[in-house]
Amino acid sequence: MTPLLKVEALSKHYGRHLGCGDVNFTLWPGEVMGIVGESGSGKSTLLNCLAGHLAPDTGRVIFETRAHGPRDTVTMTEPERRWLARTEWAFVHQNPRDGLRMGVSAGGNVGERLMAVGARHYGEIRAQAEDWLGRVEIDPTRIDERPRAFSGGMRQRLQIARNLVTGPRLALMDEPTGGLDVSVQARLLDLLRGLVRRLGLSAVIVTHDLAVVRLLADRLMVMKDGRVVEEGLTDQVLDDPQHAYTQLLVSSVLQV
Amino acid sequence: MIEIRGVGKQFVLHNQGGIVLPVIQGADISVCRGECVALVGASGAGKSTLMRMIWGNYRCDEGSIRVAGVEISGAEPRQVLDLRGKSMGYVSQFLRLIPRVPTRQIVAEPLLAAGMNEAAAFARAEAMLARLNIPERLWSLSPTTFSGGEQQRLNIARGFILDLPVLLLDEPTASLDAVSCAVVLDLVCEAKARGAAILGIFHDAAARDSVCDREIDMTRFTPARRVA
Amino acid sequence: MSDYNFAYLDEATKRMLRRAILKAVAIPGYQVPFSRREMPMPYGWGTGGVQVTAACLVPEDTLKVIDQGADDTTNAVSIRKFFARVAGIATTEATAEATIIQTRHRIPETPLTEGQILVFQVPIPEPLRFLEPRETETRTMHALEDYGLIQVRLYEDTARHGEIARAYAYPVRVEGRYIMDPSPIPKFDNPKLHNAPALQLFGAGRECRIYALPPFTRVESLDFEDYPFTASKAAGQTCAICGAEDSYLDEVIIDDAGGRMFVCSDTDYCATRCAAQAEDAA
Repeated sequence: MTPLLKVEALSKHYGRHLGCGDVNFTLWPGEVMGIVGESGSGKSTLLNCLAGHLAPDTGRVIFETRAHGPRDTVTMTEPERRWLARTEWAFVHQNPRDGLRMGVSAGGNVGERLMAVGARHYGEIRAQAEDWLGRVEIDPTRIDERPRAFSGGMRQRLQIARNLVTGPRLALMDEPTGGLDVSVQARLLDLLRGLVRRLGLSAVIVTHDLAVVRLLADRLMVMKDGRVVEEGLTDQVLDDPQHAYTQLLVSSVLQV
Repeated sequence: MIEIRGVGKQFVLHNQGGIVLPVIQGADISVCRGECVALVGASGAGKSTLMRMIWGNYRCDEGSIRVAGVEISGAEPRQVLDLRGKSMGYVSQFLRLIPRVPTRQIVAEPLLAAGMNEAAAFARAEAMLARLNIPERLWSLSPTTFSGGEQQRLNIARGFILDLPVLLLDEPTASLDAVSCAVVLDLVCEAKARGAAILGIFHDAAARDSVCDREIDMTRFTPARRVA
Repeated sequence: MSDYNFAYLDEATKRMLRRAILKAVAIPGYQVPFSRREMPMPYGWGTGGVQVTAACLVPEDTLKVIDQGADDTTNAVSIRKFFARVAGIATTEATAEATIIQTRHRIPETPLTEGQILVFQVPIPEPLRFLEPRETETRTMHALEDYGLIQVRLYEDTARHGEIARAYAYPVRVEGRYIMDPSPIPKFDNPKLHNAPALQLFGAGRECRIYALPPFTRVESLDFEDYPFTASKAAGQTCAICGAEDSYLDEVIIDDAGGRMFVCSDTDYCATRCAAQAEDAA
């Protein structure tokens, strides 16, 4: 088995301020990794560097592409990167407004990626969109409604469907459950868990919610001030934290 | 199947003045196929800690823990996860609840993860639930509202659903009535008979005596408490 | 002759425009920026087309100008007079006689021939404009052939109306590469863009863009396999004046009681047919 994603010595500065520094990890197919840390710890910077939204200062991000084997996504051309973003990657934004076209129907939102990779049969595009709406628990009869008419949780599920329709292998998620109320969160988490398992998807999930990573992530990376301070098996990091910051983080969670 | 050599563990509480709590020192234990070994010792002797270290839940600070030929200490997360899915089962006192997931699904999940088709996995899960006296009307419900005993039996069902070669049992019979307790002990015996290596903590001496071949006193490995 | 330089613009400006036109011809469908000049007419009145026409004109040219197919509407008449005055060239209303035809929103019914130049007035050159508001992003999308979005618009139409409802400015793909806005011509005219023997130039004055279809260029209207493009017009109607069945028709309200008639939008085509019918009758 070859790793799906290999990150080597990745650093990103904003001027003199460190965004994230010297990050190294290897993600294997089917693995879900959580990144936790407080606001400003560099977790979103890292995620955006992985997705090609930000250019890192140094380091390599080697992704195992379906067509051409391992390729450094930092040095590849913009068209190649965009192609990967449409076919092999999914990016789920915290705010579904950033990841959806609010003026386009649910079907159009899901169909866009299909059409971007060459689908030209309306009936088939629509059938696939209906199938995916069902899979993310949105009533397929609402296919022609715009996301404006959807609740926050539905929008987030629509964003997920829109991303997964082209069968990506790596999902990058930035606080996918942020801004949702608790019952909606639970439903979304359960859905994500099922999808990740059924599709054999690898994922990197950035969050500050430890309950989210406990449920979804196989392994965990803890970031502070742009650096990775601890990593390992999720339950091991949460139940037997070694680093002072992780201990603080775990002990700060309010018990219900 | 379980080989523990020179294992030590201490907790460092960075946020409480850097207190160091040594818990285990120089533990040597081995459990063979078809053997059930009980960990005994006073509360705080490190029984559960050792179980969790074998499970990979707690980090092993020193020494070596080998399960089914795989070194746990310093293993990659995916190696531990692979071991948990294929070779090692763990029944704890607590059920970690996943909202919305029905009981039947929770029990069937290890089978599904191992690649069994849904119909067969659910059939086997239901048989196990029935054997553990969990009423059929609860199978399609999430166990969030179950009683402690029901949750515990669910945990056991999940732990025994796969015929795993290594089982870790942390008080499997606690908070169970006599009938359920007997079923659990039967399950343990069956696992032993098919060659599983079992390491367990049983507070109930009668239960312990009925299934365990040996006892290991954890106080032997408990270091003197000192504050660094 | 007047005191203007030939065709109003100075020679340096015309050279600049010609460079832009040559580049546009070299990269069919690609929008070439140019530096527009103030023209003696307001934006929206065809300043882009006028500048392209001015750059193409030579004294031997015969110019025809149409607005929605008609030679006798304000816009057409004023531009024709403008060039007659500032370039002293011949003008005509007959499609076949013209060497340069400036048009707003139509392609003449009479097939164009090699050597003719058709200049389109373009209000909004960017086919992705209302889908993606950022100009930097639309340019990147063109550069990377990232065209999923425009197909989304066709999808939305089909989902809402059961067909691709867009009736004018129907987007096309040029030589399998650039997506292009053919200016607000009716989609009835789209097939005429394909493999046309004439040179087709598009000038957008307000937005400073020139693009082109060199002769015999492959131009395909976007569609779905199961909802193919159709060049539709008013169904089942014929021209009330010349009886043409094959031309694009305007609907004209003729009284306050809701009375209406359909007539050819191309006035030259209609007049030519009427003249031929009168000749036959005589």
